[in-house]
Amino acid sequence: MLTTIYACLFYGATAIFLAGMALRITRFARTPAPLKIPTMPAPTTSSGVAFRMLREVTVFHSLFRANKWIWVFAWVFHVALAVVLLRHLRYFLDPTPLPIVLVQPFGVLASFAMVAGLAGLWARRVVVERIRYITGPSDHLMLALLVAIGLSGMMMKFVAHTDIVALKQFFLGLMRFDPAPLPADPILLVHLGLVATLMIVFPFSKLVHAAGVFFSPSRNQVDDARERRHLAPWAAKLEADRAR
Amino acid sequence: MDAIAPNADLERPDPLEIPPLCPGAMEASKPWIASPDHQKALGFPGELVENWKEVAIAKMGELLEKNRALRVYLDSCVKCGACTDKCHYFLGTGDPKNMPVARQDLLRKVYRRHFTLAGKWFPSLVGAEDLTEAVIDDWYSYFHQCSQCRRCSVFCPYGIDTAEISMAGREILDAIGKGQKYCNEIIGKVHTIGNNLGLNKNALRSTLEGLEEDIEDDTGVPVKLPLDQKGADILLVTPSADFFAEPHVDGLIGYAKVFHAAGASWTISSYASEAANFGMFIGSYEQMRLIALRIREAALDLGVKRIVFGECGHAWRVAYSFLNTLAGPFDFLDPNYPVPQHICEYTWDLIEKGKLNFDKSKNDHIRLTYHDSCNVARATRMGDQPGGQFEIPRNILKSVCNYYFDMPADTIRDQTFCCGGGGGLLTDELMDLRKKGASPRMKALQTVADDHGVTHMAAICAICKTQFAKVMPTYGFERDGILSVHQLVSNAIILEIPETRDDDDD
Repeated sequence: MLTTIYACLFYGATAIFLAGMALRITRFARTPAPLKIPTMPAPTTSSGVAFRMLREVTVFHSLFRANKWIWVFAWVFHVALAVVLLRHLRYFLDPTPLPIVLVQPFGVLASFAMVAGLAGLWARRVVVERIRYITGPSDHLMLALLVAIGLSGMMMKFVAHTDIVALKQFFLGLMRFDPAPLPADPILLVHLGLVATLMIVFPFSKLVHAAGVFFSPSRNQVDDARERRHLAPWAAKLEADRAR
Repeated sequence: MDAIAPNADLERPDPLEIPPLCPGAMEASKPWIASPDHQKALGFPGELVENWKEVAIAKMGELLEKNRALRVYLDSCVKCGACTDKCHYFLGTGDPKNMPVARQDLLRKVYRRHFTLAGKWFPSLVGAEDLTEAVIDDWYSYFHQCSQCRRCSVFCPYGIDTAEISMAGREILDAIGKGQKYCNEIIGKVHTIGNNLGLNKNALRSTLEGLEEDIEDDTGVPVKLPLDQKGADILLVTPSADFFAEPHVDGLIGYAKVFHAAGASWTISSYASEAANFGMFIGSYEQMRLIALRIREAALDLGVKRIVFGECGHAWRVAYSFLNTLAGPFDFLDPNYPVPQHICEYTWDLIEKGKLNFDKSKNDHIRLTYHDSCNVARATRMGDQPGGQFEIPRNILKSVCNYYFDMPADTIRDQTFCCGGGGGLLTDELMDLRKKGASPRMKALQTVADDHGVTHMAAICAICKTQFAKVMPTYGFERDGILSVHQLVSNAIILEIPETRDDDDD
């Protein structure tokens, strides 16, 4: 029964996550950018733009220039989350590839960094007047969700172990549409429930920034307006009235 | 736990000083509403339409389909707070709705309510709100407290540009019949007369002739300012403020002297006698396009080979970044030159080639700094290298002036502040906002005045020049402390005085 509920939950959450993000990304991609608006100085070549984007998504360059405190918390959180996710690949890959084996101890350390980063970001929402002003209930809830995911995961490592062999069988089975029994540990069930919630909420929340950043015209456009004429399809239709 | 303040002594003004929050401080700041005539002239409803709510939501939906930036920016903000202390109007007023993210949220909350699932189902959770009269009032007030300077977009991890949001907001306001008088009246004048000031061809001709006389009296050199001269090589498009305002006109005299020294054949057009394009301020692609097409028409009619723009900030944005889109292609012009060119690119090129001679001591009474105009800095380029928009004007100034000093690094180049009057806010009823918005720049100027005895600041934007001339006295500077870049060129340039007619006769 429990296995069936969680299997359905994860199938549903995955479907909503994938379909929701696909819809978002298609919308971003299909909406034309009528004008050239890169924030200058901007690269004059596509490879330059690729480098600019890479710098934004790997070291958060603009954020670094903006505010060192937000940068340090945000960057630590995101990098730690990435390492933690890599660590979790062992539940989905059999046999576990060597790089994922090697990343395991770092994944444990990263869990602390991840929660610390989140705590820092959350503290700013309470302590700094300006950020408190722009913070809404959903911003707190999102942080609460991520912190709860982190803490429940850490509890299974440091407080009450779960049967990770059985868990791996559950997920491997899930991917073959033949789920094995899920261990009935309360902490595990909470952890998985929260993760599924995050996946469901993701495409409908500010978390779409993960895709949005790649579509931001001020960051992804090449500075070549004088050399190359840029014209949106709807704007091209206006030109019918032009005499010459 | 906020950004680290420099360990300066307390007397020293800090341009980046963060004020305490004063909610509602600038709620009452609103520009005059456009009259029905000004609205209708641009195809907007004359006054607030009865079903304004439906019209506004429909317009927002249309813009979301037409502008990727709007959709991405409304969806992607995570409220990280990076932008909160970046807007000069926030730094100057402390009103939290002048924090870029809060300004965006005025539009975002309605977007969420009407266009997203989360906002439809859990409005209070995600800060979604219905469109009410109070929200419209906030839009009118706070979208007219954004000068579209893009400083926030430099620091946003997703490049969210509040200018795009305030442009969309103003476009929706125009669509429901609540336009702004200053911008819409001026756009109407461009459509009928050809420039923001409503200066007709005859008035323009006599103004230019007057300037020719002044220059000749002053220098003994017959420098010409040709109007509507068919077959000229270069069409100069300059903000109409250059024709009469101070210090703008001294810049125009500077361009004329440079053209004269280069032996260039050039002309001004009475049909396209305006570089400014207020269509950008109201966010209207269609209005911006109609204004830009006048330049294409003029270039074709006069048969010129090149287009050069005078000193104007947002005009250079529309010219550099948008002109090719709005009024291109310009394949009928000389392909050896970029279209369009900035007068600073033109002058610097001549300086590099050694074709201009200067007596720098003519500017020795001036200890100078340079204000990077926001739209030039963050929305355009000059020359062929990124950042040329910072280097080329400075290179020119250093070529014509012995005493040059930059303001603090975090207040110039792409981190420059708006003058406080950009984006369609250069109108008297917003004077309180303009003075407060200028304070970060004025504090930065004070630091170089204290450290290096700087007396003057140069700029390449008509709005900056008018704004600073007006607000500098409030901050203890002379109103003529603001100069045109080409005014300094004009002071120092050495022109060959022609031999007198008597000599010719001998």
